[in-house]
Amino acid sequence: MHVLLALTSGILYAAGIYLILRRRLAQLIIGLGLLSNGTNLLIFVAGGLTRVHPPVVADGAGALMPPYADPVPQALILTAIVIGFGLLAFSLVLAHRVHAAIGSDDVDEVGRAR
Amino acid sequence: MMALALPLLVPLTTAAVLMLVRRHAVVQRWVAMAGAVLLLGSALLIFVRVNSAGVQALQIGAWPAPFGITLVADLLSAMLVVAVGVVGVAVCGVSFAGVDPRREAAGYHTLLQLLLMGVAGAFLTGDLFNLYVWFELMLVASFVLMALHRTSAQVEAAFKYVAMNLIASSIFLTALGLLYGATGTLNMAHLARVWPAMASSGIEAVVAALLLIAFSIKAGLFPLFFWLPASYPTPPAPIAAAFAGLLTKVGVYALIRVFTLLFQGAPPSLFALLLAMSAATMAVGLVAALAERDVRRVLSFNLVGHVGYTTASLTVMTPAALSGAIFYVLHHILVITNLFLVSGVLLRLRRSTEFWRLGGLRTSQPLFSLLAMIPIFSLAGVPPLSGFVGKLAIVQGMFADGAYGVGALVLVVGLLTLLSMGRTWAEVFWRPHVGTHDLTTPGTPYLAAIAGLNLLTLAMTVGAGPLVDLTARAADQLLRGDEYVRTVLGEE
Repeated sequence: MHVLLALTSGILYAAGIYLILRRRLAQLIIGLGLLSNGTNLLIFVAGGLTRVHPPVVADGAGALMPPYADPVPQALILTAIVIGFGLLAFSLVLAHRVHAAIGSDDVDEVGRAR
Repeated sequence: MMALALPLLVPLTTAAVLMLVRRHAVVQRWVAMAGAVLLLGSALLIFVRVNSAGVQALQIGAWPAPFGITLVADLLSAMLVVAVGVVGVAVCGVSFAGVDPRREAAGYHTLLQLLLMGVAGAFLTGDLFNLYVWFELMLVASFVLMALHRTSAQVEAAFKYVAMNLIASSIFLTALGLLYGATGTLNMAHLARVWPAMASSGIEAVVAALLLIAFSIKAGLFPLFFWLPASYPTPPAPIAAAFAGLLTKVGVYALIRVFTLLFQGAPPSLFALLLAMSAATMAVGLVAALAERDVRRVLSFNLVGHVGYTTASLTVMTPAALSGAIFYVLHHILVITNLFLVSGVLLRLRRSTEFWRLGGLRTSQPLFSLLAMIPIFSLAGVPPLSGFVGKLAIVQGMFADGAYGVGALVLVVGLLTLLSMGRTWAEVFWRPHVGTHDLTTPGTPYLAAIAGLNLLTLAMTVGAGPLVDLTARAADQLLRGDEYVRTVLGEE
């Protein structure tokens, strides 16, 4: 499972970076989205995958039963997803604005428009 | 110490109140100004406490240190938060001279308060993931402030800025994931404790490189700074002033923090890389500044180049060099904010900051020229102004450690700065000008803000002795690190 998730994360990074290096704004934004998803998956894998007990103290028990899943990476990812979603939505609107102002979504055209 | 939360709560509350009164422009300005003054007051409160009683920490929700989120203020953080307050007051002050009504209705003041909150949070947090969150908060506020425009150059600049910073955030987050995977903690003090055990595991190099890249993009180091001169000259002057004064300094602060806390014993190749990037930043920034013929672009490239001073001192890692770097950062926040406000007056007077549209202001605006002289020549490093003191401290620190090469580069770049600012002075103020006349007056709010920042610059000059003692103590605190770690982890 580790290997599979690590590979998926790697593929998302690779695809994201490839798309960021393309010339169209839409592809840039999709690339940024893939990159942030790859990062989220990376945090998930790096935090360790444990499929035994949930990180909840059972009735009557004084402590967690080891081995248990680490809840912190999940909390981190949740935060990162929310922030990433907001930023992606914002950059979509901005790209639309750029397209409306310049009439092209080619990065070179955008650079030339000044 | 509960007051540590005030620099975050005050702007947040102010932002909420501003949302309620968004229909009344004048009320908004007064509320924003009151919020900024309170922010400055709470920052001073923290500073006085930290100065007398040492590092202060606040565990949010009373969760003990490595588990919850910690706010920490050592001398560096406390001084920087005071600087945030000063910039906040200056920028809110100039809004009395008038803000574009459409922008004001769209939440200009609210966003500015959120920006101040994000910057203060980044300076105060003791947790790396929390630092990421403050970064994002600050960036979202700056994105929207920048994108409240319609002209194609401005939209284009905003897009570059957004894309570059989103990439930086992804890289930062990747580093955090790996760091958590390796150590199981993101609390900076706790990391400093467990990090030495990881030093030989190879993950150190990866994490260090990723953090270096992410923070270098934010700080605007070569070769990752190209978004900065493209985006900073386009927004209105008060926004550009806040960005220039604060945003890159957050990247610099993050570099100082992680390098002193985690990477003091890192392999020399990491420092060599940072040194090479800093040297290239200084050289490229100032050469580019000399090639520009527009005040705001000249200032942006100066801003880029001068970041190199502080990061180069960081590679020396001696108390003297780091102390000089801290002094220089404080000086630079005041002066570059001031200079962007000066460019705002130029925009009011001539609707442009290009050299060929300016000139002759010495005769047409003598008072404004006099006021503008201080930040221009302070940035240039003319003795006895604060820029000279800061550069002297940096160069002395470098020479004392035997870093003659980089010290010499700092001197050469200092000369280029002098040329660049001297030329700006000559073109904008000194050169006689025939043709267009001044469209309006500089505006009392602008003159007051510039004069206020001038007073602080002069105070830094006159009080350079005590201030250098203070920055030396801050540098000492950073390099020893144990007071910070023990305070956060609650081991007194």
